[in-house]
Amino acid sequence: MSEKYIARSSKVGARELGGEMVIMSAADSTLFSLSEVATRIWQAADGRTPLSEIVERRVCAEFDVPREAAYRDALAFVEELSSHGVLRVADHPLSEEEEPLPEAP
Amino acid sequence: MSLMTEMNNRALRLGVPFSVHFDLTYRCNERCEHCYLDHDDHGEMTTDEIRSVLRQLADAGVFFLTLSGGEALMRRDCFEIIEYARSLSFNVKLKTNAMLIREKQARRLRALGVEQVQISVYSHRPEVHDAVTKVPGSFKRTLAAIRLLRSYGLRVTMANVLMRGNHGDSEGVRALALEVGAVYKLDPTITPMMDGNKSVLRLRVDASELTSFFHNPNLVGDVENFCAPPPAVDESIREGLPCSAGHTACYISPYGDLYPCVQFPITCGNVRQQPFLDIWRNSPQLAEVRSIRAKHLTTCSSCSHLGGCTRCPGLAYMEGNMRGPSSADCEKSFVRTGIVTAGMLARKAAASSPAPGLVQISPVPSLTA
Repeated sequence: MSEKYIARSSKVGARELGGEMVIMSAADSTLFSLSEVATRIWQAADGRTPLSEIVERRVCAEFDVPREAAYRDALAFVEELSSHGVLRVADHPLSEEEEPLPEAP
Repeated sequence: MSLMTEMNNRALRLGVPFSVHFDLTYRCNERCEHCYLDHDDHGEMTTDEIRSVLRQLADAGVFFLTLSGGEALMRRDCFEIIEYARSLSFNVKLKTNAMLIREKQARRLRALGVEQVQISVYSHRPEVHDAVTKVPGSFKRTLAAIRLLRSYGLRVTMANVLMRGNHGDSEGVRALALEVGAVYKLDPTITPMMDGNKSVLRLRVDASELTSFFHNPNLVGDVENFCAPPPAVDESIREGLPCSAGHTACYISPYGDLYPCVQFPITCGNVRQQPFLDIWRNSPQLAEVRSIRAKHLTTCSSCSHLGGCTRCPGLAYMEGNMRGPSSADCEKSFVRTGIVTAGMLARKAAASSPAPGLVQISPVPSLTA
């Protein structure tokens, strides 16, 4: 299993509301409300920490869930947010540099 | 329940100002005949003051931030402000006439992750649009900017304000929106000026014109649903809130004044003199606005439209009573459903009652002596 790295997109609006994150994608205006667990993963998505470590430290340590199931759920969540451009996912660490600017039409 | 409604309900429970409309300036490069603003600069907030307000808004939990004006891009620091707002993770919507948007600005807005740009378009015919804005060539520049923004993938909403001079062009604007890939938004509301001057209300379309809009599926969608009779009034409707103004939303002027909404000009405080959260939590004016439930409305509480009316408390306030009816919304409810409103009946009764000055209220000495 290759390690995954995740980084928050700079193209979204995000705010914590009552302990849970509300996110709107600027790419397609989809609104998301993250659960408390998903909020922890989002907050830890710095592009440098491996997803497995995020799950270990921010999910398993704080919530009573088995590691394997937690990682499987986290991966599904990350892939869904990635499909809306809300999270960037890669097999290597991601820099915090701005995402590429759009090309001139 | 939609996710948006769920989030708004959560914000309401938590007392969080989820949406803020922030006018950065009242200056403008157009002179639209229906505009409710004084375009002179009476001392706008500085860049540093605005940055401070934005930090306070983020700390207070504001998520949806609408930046507008006047014409927001008239400020030289507009992009600096947008960039700062985005760095604080606001969902940013920009309202603009787009006259100052060229290649560079469109690219920057896209790069900054602005979620939506709303642009007023009054007609698909240049001469009609330009007659509203009083700027020759404005239609051409605005439309060019819309195409540019769309080419960069930005979501554009074309807001079509209906007035006497352009009401025949709504289908044309809708078709134009479709052609350029913009969202079409019909707005039949003309509001009095911020200072209470009502002269612009002469531009409002009349009831017969409203009828044709409200029965046009291209403009309102499902006509049967849109024009359906209001739901029966029950306890949940009577306990309902008039709107989000002052509850989960508020407005900040370029001078720092805080109102419940841009259409509700009751000053609740000034962010130059008081921290935002202090005003949000402790303003007596906001407390009064928040205390009002549908059952407290002076005339509307007995109206059959109570659960279906779009009554704007700000327009009611500008008519003299924030708990009273808004005549423009009475008219809309009537035009949609054909059912007379309590506000219309009250106005009719008031108009037909004898003038107060003719009523004898003192005893006549010769008869009582």
